[in-house]
Amino acid sequence: MNKRFISLWFRHLLTDWLTLRRPELKGVPFIITTPVQNRVVVTATNLLVEAQGVTVGMPAADAKAIVPDLVVIDEIPGQAAKLIKALGEWCIRYSPLVAADLPDGLILDVSGCAHLWGGERAYLKEIVTRLISKGYDVRGAMADTAGTAWAIARFGKIKPIIGPGMQTDALLTLPPAALRLEPAILERLQKLGFYTIKSFMGIGRSVLRRRFGQELLLRIDQALGNENEPLQLLHPVEPYTERLPCLEPIRTATAIEIAIKTLLENLCRRLQSEGMGMRTAILKGYRVDGRIIQAAIGTSKATHHTGHLFKLFELKIATLAPGLGIELFTLEAPKVEEVEPEQEALWSPEGCSLEDSSLTELLDKLANKIGAGNIHRYLPQERYWPEQSIKPALSVKDKPATTWRTGRPRPSLLLNRPEKIEVTFRLPDYPPMLFIYKGEVHHINKADGPERIEREWWADQGLHRDYYMIEDNEGRRYWLFRLGHYTDVESAWYLHGYFA
Amino acid sequence: MHQNRNDIISRLQKDILLWQGFSPPVAGKAKGIGLGPLEAAFPNGVFPTGSIHEMLCPAPEQAAATAGLMAGILATLMQQGGACLWISTSRKLFPPALITFNVQPHQVIFIDVQQEKDALWAMEEGLKCEGVAAVIAEIREISFAQSRRLQLAVESSKVTGFLLRNDPRKLGTTTCVARWQVSPLPSQLEDGLPGVGFPRWQVDLLRVRNGTPGSWQLEWIDDSFVPVAQEEAEIMSENNRMTG
Repeated sequence: MNKRFISLWFRHLLTDWLTLRRPELKGVPFIITTPVQNRVVVTATNLLVEAQGVTVGMPAADAKAIVPDLVVIDEIPGQAAKLIKALGEWCIRYSPLVAADLPDGLILDVSGCAHLWGGERAYLKEIVTRLISKGYDVRGAMADTAGTAWAIARFGKIKPIIGPGMQTDALLTLPPAALRLEPAILERLQKLGFYTIKSFMGIGRSVLRRRFGQELLLRIDQALGNENEPLQLLHPVEPYTERLPCLEPIRTATAIEIAIKTLLENLCRRLQSEGMGMRTAILKGYRVDGRIIQAAIGTSKATHHTGHLFKLFELKIATLAPGLGIELFTLEAPKVEEVEPEQEALWSPEGCSLEDSSLTELLDKLANKIGAGNIHRYLPQERYWPEQSIKPALSVKDKPATTWRTGRPRPSLLLNRPEKIEVTFRLPDYPPMLFIYKGEVHHINKADGPERIEREWWADQGLHRDYYMIEDNEGRRYWLFRLGHYTDVESAWYLHGYFA
Repeated sequence: MHQNRNDIISRLQKDILLWQGFSPPVAGKAKGIGLGPLEAAFPNGVFPTGSIHEMLCPAPEQAAATAGLMAGILATLMQQGGACLWISTSRKLFPPALITFNVQPHQVIFIDVQQEKDALWAMEEGLKCEGVAAVIAEIREISFAQSRRLQLAVESSKVTGFLLRNDPRKLGTTTCVARWQVSPLPSQLEDGLPGVGFPRWQVDLLRVRNGTPGSWQLEWIDDSFVPVAQEEAEIMSENNRMTG
C-alpha cells in the first residue's frame, strides 16, 4: 500500500504551553532560557518577542537589551520531550502509528487513514485546526515520506499536501536545511553556494559523498522514498511471531510436528491472553543449506485453538522438504483479529448452525486443501436477472439482507451459458410448439409464460429475455427464453435451465 | 411348530438389522422424512439417515428431478437450522430453486473441486464432521473401496450423505444403503387450466439394503411429498401410451 505521512511542527511549543498554563502571560513578551557554559541562552521565544528579532540561541542579555520589558523564565529540563509525548498520545485518535520527532514535532504514519475523515485535505485540516484551537502554533504537511513531510511542514510555502510520487518537485526549491542535516554540513553547503536543494540534486552521488559524507545521501534518499526510514513509534506494534531454534538440525516429520505444536502453543497463549485470534499464519523453516521453506494456513474465523490450527498445519507438513535439516522455525500471524467469545449453549438444538465451530473448522480444512476461493455460499440479491439474483457471501457470519423470492419458479439446474436451440412457435408471443436441442426433438405439451426479465440498463446493454417454463410430452421440464422482441428476422431462442 | 419357526426367523432378522446399524423406530420419535409410502421400502420402515444414498441421474433432466426430490428430503434433515455441503466438479445447481423445496439456499455451502479425487476427499471430511446436516457430492465414478471409506466415516458421525452419480459409466457394487433413480413425469393440471403443474416424479428404488426395492410416483405439492394415486397414475400412463 502507498505510504502517507504527516509531519506536525510546533513552532512555539514551550511558550505556547506556558501561555496555556499561565494565562497572565498572554500578550506579554517572554522567553525561556537555560544556562549553557557560564552564560544564559534563549531556548524558546513567543511570537511577540520573535517579531522584534530575538532568536533561539541568542544570549539572554542581548534579548533583554532588545526588548525592555521582557519576562524571562527558566526552562524545566526534559519538558519539551514530555510535551511532545503527550501531544503524540493525543494524536493517536488520528492514526495508531505516531512517532515523536524531537525536539518540536510529530510524525504520523497515516497510510489508509485519510478517507475516514473525508479525504487528505479535510484530514490534515482537522488535525491542524484542532491543535491550533487548543492554543498551539502548529504547521502540518502530508507527503509520501516522512522526510518530505518534515521539509514541507517547516519550509514549504505553496501547499501542505504533496501528492503521491511528487516529492522531488516539492523539494527542489527548498533550502538544504529542509533535509534535516547536521549544522556542519549545512554550513559547508552554504559556503559553497548551494542555497537550494535543486543546486546540488543533479550532482553525482560519489562526488556528494566525498564532499559531504554519507549522511547527505541518506537524507536525500529518505526524503525521496528510496530509503526506508524507521520511526520510533510511541506505541510500537509488537508482531505476533514466535521463534524456535533447534539444538540439532531437524529432519523428520515427527520433529517438525513437535516444533509446530510448541510454536503454536506459545503463540496461542499470547493470543488468548489478549483476546485475539489468528486468521492467517505462516510457518518458516530456515534450513542448514541457507534456504527457507514455508507453509501458510488461513482460517475462516479468528481462532487461538491450538488443536485446530495444528490440524491445518498437519496437512502441509508433507510439503515441507527438510533437506539436510532445519535449524530454526518461526511462526508469524500476519492477520490477527479479535476472537468472539464462544457461548456454551445451555440448550442445544438437535441440528447445527453455520457458526458451529466444528463446521468452521471443517471449512478451514477444506479451504487449505482446495483453496478458499472454491468454497461458496450464496445470499439473495434484489435483482431479477437470473445470473445476478444471487451474490456470494463474504463470511460465514453473513446473513441474507432480503428473503429469497418465491413468487416465480426457478429451475433447479441452471446452465452457465444459455445454449442455443431451434424452435417452432406461433406468432407473436406464444410459447414454442417444439424445440430441438442436441439433435433431439421435444414436443411441447404444457407451457407457462412468458415472464419478461429486463436487463439492468444502468449496468449493461442488450436485449431483454422472455422466459417460458415448458414441459415436453415425456414430462421433462425446461426453462427457455427468447432474446428480445419477436421480429421478422430470426429470433434467437435459448435453453437456460432444467426444472425439477 | 411352523409358526414358531417364523417367529424365530423374524426375530433373527431384527437382530441382524440391529447389528447392521438399523435401529427400530423409538416410540414417539417416529416422524419420518415425509416420503409417505416410499419409506416402507426401507428396513423397519424408516428412511435411513446417517448413511449414504446413491442417486443415478444419467441425463440432466433426471439430475434436475433428483435435485428436487433430494431438496425435499434435505428440508427435513436441515429443519433445525443445520448446514449442508454440496461438493461438485461442475456445478449447475441454481440455489434460488431450493427455496421451492423449503431449503434455505444460504444454508448450503458449495465446494467446487477440480478433480473427482478431491471431491471424494472433501466428502469424506464432510461426513466425518458432526456439525453438518448432510453432504451431497456429484461423483461420476466410485469404487467399492472408496464407498467403504465413506461408509466408515458415516458410521461414527451419523451424517447423511448423498452421492449424485451424474452420467455414470459403470455401476459397480457400493456400500450405499439405497440406489435411487428419479425421472420427471408429466405434471397433471385440473381440466382447462393453462400452464405447468406441480413437479411430479417417478421414483425408483433400484436397490435397498435389507429392504424391498420398488417404484413410486410422487408429487411436490404445498411443501410436502404427495403420493400420486394409483388409479390416476394408471390412467395417466394409459394416456401417455395413447399420445406417445
